[in-house]
Amino acid sequence: MAKFGMVIDTTKCVGCMDCVVACKTENNVPEGFNRAWIVEDVMGKYPDLHMEIRSERCNHCEEAPCVDVCPTGASHYSDIGEVVLIDHDECIGCKACIAACPYDARFIHPDGYADKCDFCFHRTSKGNNPACVDVCPTHSIHFGDLDDPDSEVSKLLKSRKYHVRIPEAGTKPKIFYLT
Amino acid sequence: MNSISRRKFLKISGATIGAAVLSGSMSSFVKGADNKINKKDIKGIQKIPTYCAMCFWRCGAIAHVKDGKLWKIEGNPDDPLSKGRLCPRGTGGVGTHYDPDRLRSPLIRKNIRGEEQWVEVTWNEALDYVAKRMIDIKKTYGPESMAMFHHGIGATFLEHMMKSYGAINFGAPSFAQCKGPRDVAFNLTFGETVGGPERTDIENAKCIVLIGSHIGENMHNTQVQEFSKAVANRASIIVVDPRFSVAASKAKYYLPIKPGTDIALLLAWMNVIVNEKLYDNEYINKYGFGFEQFAAQLTSYTPEWAYPETGIEPDVIRKTAREMARYKPATLVHPGRHSTWYGDDTQRSRALALLNALLGSWGRKGGLYQPTWLDIPAYPYPDYPKSNKKKLDNPDEKYPFAIEEITTGVREATITGKPYPIKGWFVYGTNLPYSLPQPDKTIEAIKNLEFLVVVDTIGSEIAGWADVVLPESVYLERYDELNNPSFKVPYVGIRQPVVDPPGDQKPNYWIAKKLATRLGLDKYFPWKDIEEYLDYRLQKVGLSLELMKEKGIFLAPEQPIYYEDGVKPYFGTPSGKIEFYSLQLEQKGFDPVPKYTKPEEPPAGYFRLIYGRAPVHTFSRTQTNRILDDMMDTNKVWINKDVADHYGIRNGSFIKLKNQDGVISNKVKAFVTERIRTDCVYMVHGFGHTSKMLKGTYMKGADDSRLITQVKTDPIMGGTGMRVNFVTFELEA
Repeated sequence: MAKFGMVIDTTKCVGCMDCVVACKTENNVPEGFNRAWIVEDVMGKYPDLHMEIRSERCNHCEEAPCVDVCPTGASHYSDIGEVVLIDHDECIGCKACIAACPYDARFIHPDGYADKCDFCFHRTSKGNNPACVDVCPTHSIHFGDLDDPDSEVSKLLKSRKYHVRIPEAGTKPKIFYLT
Repeated sequence: MNSISRRKFLKISGATIGAAVLSGSMSSFVKGADNKINKKDIKGIQKIPTYCAMCFWRCGAIAHVKDGKLWKIEGNPDDPLSKGRLCPRGTGGVGTHYDPDRLRSPLIRKNIRGEEQWVEVTWNEALDYVAKRMIDIKKTYGPESMAMFHHGIGATFLEHMMKSYGAINFGAPSFAQCKGPRDVAFNLTFGETVGGPERTDIENAKCIVLIGSHIGENMHNTQVQEFSKAVANRASIIVVDPRFSVAASKAKYYLPIKPGTDIALLLAWMNVIVNEKLYDNEYINKYGFGFEQFAAQLTSYTPEWAYPETGIEPDVIRKTAREMARYKPATLVHPGRHSTWYGDDTQRSRALALLNALLGSWGRKGGLYQPTWLDIPAYPYPDYPKSNKKKLDNPDEKYPFAIEEITTGVREATITGKPYPIKGWFVYGTNLPYSLPQPDKTIEAIKNLEFLVVVDTIGSEIAGWADVVLPESVYLERYDELNNPSFKVPYVGIRQPVVDPPGDQKPNYWIAKKLATRLGLDKYFPWKDIEEYLDYRLQKVGLSLELMKEKGIFLAPEQPIYYEDGVKPYFGTPSGKIEFYSLQLEQKGFDPVPKYTKPEEPPAGYFRLIYGRAPVHTFSRTQTNRILDDMMDTNKVWINKDVADHYGIRNGSFIKLKNQDGVISNKVKAFVTERIRTDCVYMVHGFGHTSKMLKGTYMKGADDSRLITQVKTDPIMGGTGMRVNFVTFELEA
């Protein structure tokens, strides 16, 4: 069984938002909303600064609080890749998932259901990359099977330093940031 | 005017290509340009190659049309510029087709100029009116009194129409408001400009020096792609900027320079490299001219001298100079692009050019390569009418080394009426109150006009002042001139319609041809339609429009681009060499070797206004795009945290900026950050729109151009240095 994950190289990312734009056109994300976003973390005092630029989105956590709290089972794991998905027909828009998510990854779509990154499941379930991976002009975003030791993502995690967002939340995120 | 040697491009004969590519595709298939493309009836997904116009880099793209509607746009993997990955603007180009603020039908002014009250008219009415006014101006004043301002490849056919009509005064802000100083300086030094796409071999550079060049925020796709590759390859990156840019965050050395002192740093770097004999001696012996005289002038510019000017410690200046030398000739001192900063910009760019020359990077791998070009013959038009008047943008060659027309010179002549009056402006694709400094002068000039026509895809401040506004279809809905730049590989790309325009918009070539007919200039437009024109040109090199419509891009065989691979060095300077010492400059009374002048200090309580770009917007022309507005819907004023604390400005609070002349900006959010010096503030250009035609971005953020009421003009080439304005804060009561 595959376990889909993403490895993002913060040393190459310039924060151009192409990932956010490609996500928007690929998935028809409505005006006023985005499924991904850019964070620029600045540390230090001018001019001795360090900045980490991150392309962020749903972490598709292994212990996803949004799946746990969902009263209808709309939020669930996919059979392929263990991706956190939302069944729009089952979702009642109660926002419990939004409150539970430590990453603020979800929003209520104008059509009434919770929405967020789905790792472009229509693409990845057929063996393709998410749109953000294929558009990235700096080739900073990598996608693949974390359970496969020979996958690009597994190899990157073996050879590089990385961190995940808010590890103390205990959610076991599946997006890793190379530093 | 100095003579510019024609660039020595590699020419590839049509026969070679013809043999290399195709057989049996010489179709003369031609379809009327007025025909709808009727993709609406086609179910499923079509992928149509074209090239992008969201900026002016012209990346190859593939538009995806789903059930007849534009869905998404991806990069064309065959395209050498995008390599299959567009930038955020290119990806967001979808929003340009769907932009609710698009001009939809021709407009004629109802009341007084600038009120933005319009009557919608038919194309026949609009074109008849434009032609009549142009004929009136020609009869009364002569065709030279009708000037054109333009930007981008879409201007090609309109420019041709204007030249056929007899116009001789043209101006693109890309010269005197942007890359002019750089182009003039490199031309003076190497006998060639750096071109665009710039001949920077970023991906192979082992050391990259960026001076005020904010790659990553300035999103020229190929450069950003290559830059991130260089970062991954652990190239040594040196960034000089008063602002901790994105590029600075990737740098090994970040030099937080005092604004306006770059020449001091460049001179000190060259002093170290010359003193310590770190330069490429063999290269300079072979190709250099006047090196000894140049070196003699550098002696006083020690790092210790530069320290109080620049704020960069001598030790850091030495270390970074040695770092550059260590990796030579694969050290790229980036020539930059927008270079009209302080009025001594040609000299600063000369210093950049000379630093590259010292390191031997011109013509070398990892430096500034020698571009190649697919030579496609021009369409054979009749000669343009001859004029006995002179162009008036640069009277008496006041700016002796200008190599293109000076927009602000045309504007000045429009104000003064001298040496002869300018009574009409034809404006294509450039929003003059944003693209020229001192917008009040632009308005003053407009008030002297008898006729102003604007052709564009969306409204704009300049359209608001027009008598007639002609709505153009966006790049996804039209053909255009071939894209045939000089680059690492010789190639050609086409733009072709992907979807129908949503209203009564028309392509530029259609407007040009229809106007030409009304102006009695049919002989200058012998082609029946654009497809015939494009096919004619493509057939000359053994290609065809039919083939190009399918592929989008044709790559000719690769050619060597480095001296070390057999490119023969050629320098189109008077000496035939790299001019370390410029006799050309000396003869006209300018410094033959760059010198440093101290920048003006901000008055107490004021901060130097610097400006730049964001990756998701182009100039002032993309802010209404709903997708890109969702990425960035306003600019903000970057203020150093200590400064903000002193003034009690909180991050995200609204302020206004007031400049030294009392001009006050729109209200704009403060971005309180550690990422900028305490003596300047920064904002992204292109926001703060006041045209009512731009509902989606109306009054969002502030406009830097409005605050640029002062310029320092470069005496060498007429560029307008714009980072010479100072602002203070007006806090919301």
